[in-house]
Amino acid sequence: MSSFFLQGKRRGDKIFYIVTIGAAAYTLLMLALIVYTVGDGSQKIFSFEGIKFFTGTNWNSVEGRESFGALPYIIGTLISAGIAVAIGVPISLGIAIFLSEMASSKISTPLSFVIELLAAVPSIIYGLWALFVFRFWILNLIEMPLYNAFGKSIPFFGVTPFGLDWFTAGIVLGIMIIPIVSSICREVMRAVPNTQREAAYSLGATRWETVRIAIFPYAKSGILGAAMLGLGRAIGETMLVTLIIGNAIGAAAIPTSLFSPSQTLSSLIANEFNEASSDLHLSALIGLGAVLLIITMVINIAARLLVSRMVKVSAGVKE
Amino acid sequence: MTTNGENSREDEIKADKDIDRQTESEQVQEKQQQVHKVSIRNLEAWFGSKQALKNINLDVEQKTATSVIGPSGCGKTTLIKCLNRMHEMTPGAKAKGQVIIDGMDIYARNIDPVIIKRRIGMVFQKPNPFPTMSIYDNVVAGLKLNGIRDKRLMDEIVKDSLEGAALWDEVKNELGKPGMGLSGGQQQRLCIARALAMQPEVLLMDEPTSALDPVASSKIEDLVHDLKKRYTVIIVTHNMQQAARVSDHTAFMYLGELIEYSPTKKMFENPEKELTERYISGKFG
Repeated sequence: MSSFFLQGKRRGDKIFYIVTIGAAAYTLLMLALIVYTVGDGSQKIFSFEGIKFFTGTNWNSVEGRESFGALPYIIGTLISAGIAVAIGVPISLGIAIFLSEMASSKISTPLSFVIELLAAVPSIIYGLWALFVFRFWILNLIEMPLYNAFGKSIPFFGVTPFGLDWFTAGIVLGIMIIPIVSSICREVMRAVPNTQREAAYSLGATRWETVRIAIFPYAKSGILGAAMLGLGRAIGETMLVTLIIGNAIGAAAIPTSLFSPSQTLSSLIANEFNEASSDLHLSALIGLGAVLLIITMVINIAARLLVSRMVKVSAGVKE
Repeated sequence: MTTNGENSREDEIKADKDIDRQTESEQVQEKQQQVHKVSIRNLEAWFGSKQALKNINLDVEQKTATSVIGPSGCGKTTLIKCLNRMHEMTPGAKAKGQVIIDGMDIYARNIDPVIIKRRIGMVFQKPNPFPTMSIYDNVVAGLKLNGIRDKRLMDEIVKDSLEGAALWDEVKNELGKPGMGLSGGQQQRLCIARALAMQPEVLLMDEPTSALDPVASSKIEDLVHDLKKRYTVIIVTHNMQQAARVSDHTAFMYLGELIEYSPTKKMFENPEKELTERYISGKFG
């Protein structure tokens, strides 16, 4: 009789195993599907342009004069996301340090809730706010003064600003990623065992020194992960960027000035997908998607390698 | 003119007297200091609205080891965390009273708690070396906070501190290796070395052997015997035998009150209070 019960248990376990392995297989299947779709869809453009698809700056979809080069949009994507991370991550760290190390729970609990709420705001809301409100602040407080002061002498400030450019887009992207990055950084810092804080405090460390010698080293791989997540979001963000970046086409999308309109890979896809009539044009847009996929994958793998190296350094951490 | 001269002479004499009085009082103070390295006066502590320490008065002699024993939750850890102002780092915790170390009240209004912690070493229940730092960097972590960068001085202090913590012979050839690679007992001695590197006046130990195996524990106990030749050691322990072995004086606490404080031998052989006797003989706790 006991063996009968055992058998029933083992059968249940088997079903459970199959169900979970199916769920796990989904991830591989999905990746394969995406790679196939993007690869197959962009085949036409790669055989048409070859390597020039990555290095060309021309973008013309008129039949008979077709020419597709993605370089300006790769640059636009990388620099707007770079600005977003450069602005967003330090501010997020400041927020996280305040919430996990400085503030009493009376302050940090409601504030953390607000940040999580902000993280749930759809990016298009940030985009609308940026389009109707924030870009005028940037325009009037930063861009116009810079233009008036240096516009004639330094080419980098030489384009008449409208607040619709890669600089504004990068800042808004930075604002967009702050809630999620700071929320993760806070979690990572709170996970640092209290014994580490005590160790630092008992040596006479101030709060800042405690963060520097006890919290950061312990939490750095998690912080890097949060920064990478923020970078990934900034690179992939579409509608917000489409509203703000000014949507330049071709060589004009390569930023020559702080105030030049630009274009990212995802915003160009969003802009042109409706009107892509020819197969080649469509294939070029899917090709942009392929480039985007490669960029995000490379960044993710690089981040993974960095994190694993850091973990190796602090190997043997005993709780 | 003459009156002025007389006045100034009088002033001089007065000043001389003042100096005499001052040196006298300094001498008295010095005497007191030699007897009592740490004097706790009317110390009370809270966690939120819960009182953890009730009117503690205690004097600790210089270069002795003093144990604090008592059942869980009696406030013994809170007591020693009040001695370097670590207690108040816990959110909602506060302390009131006087703790006079070397004649200076560390709870006086103009005292910076950070400076206090630099002068008083502390070792915790669980070994807590900094995981990303080497053995060497762990020992000098506190020195670097104080702006000491002189390599030769640091080398010297690292050797002294590790010797003081009875760890030098075991690690002298691998100072660059991560502190986390050591065994639990070695890690705890590394933490002791880290505290000693600050040349503390008082060394607080909060159940330093509770996470260690018996062999590692007895090494730490032996170490306490050496440490008390140079430092004033106050050690919280769960283990009454340990208190009997390592300390000159023992304080017994119960429910946030100091029940009895006497020489260790007397405490364990002939305690004054019935409660102490019942605890020591294992009838509760």
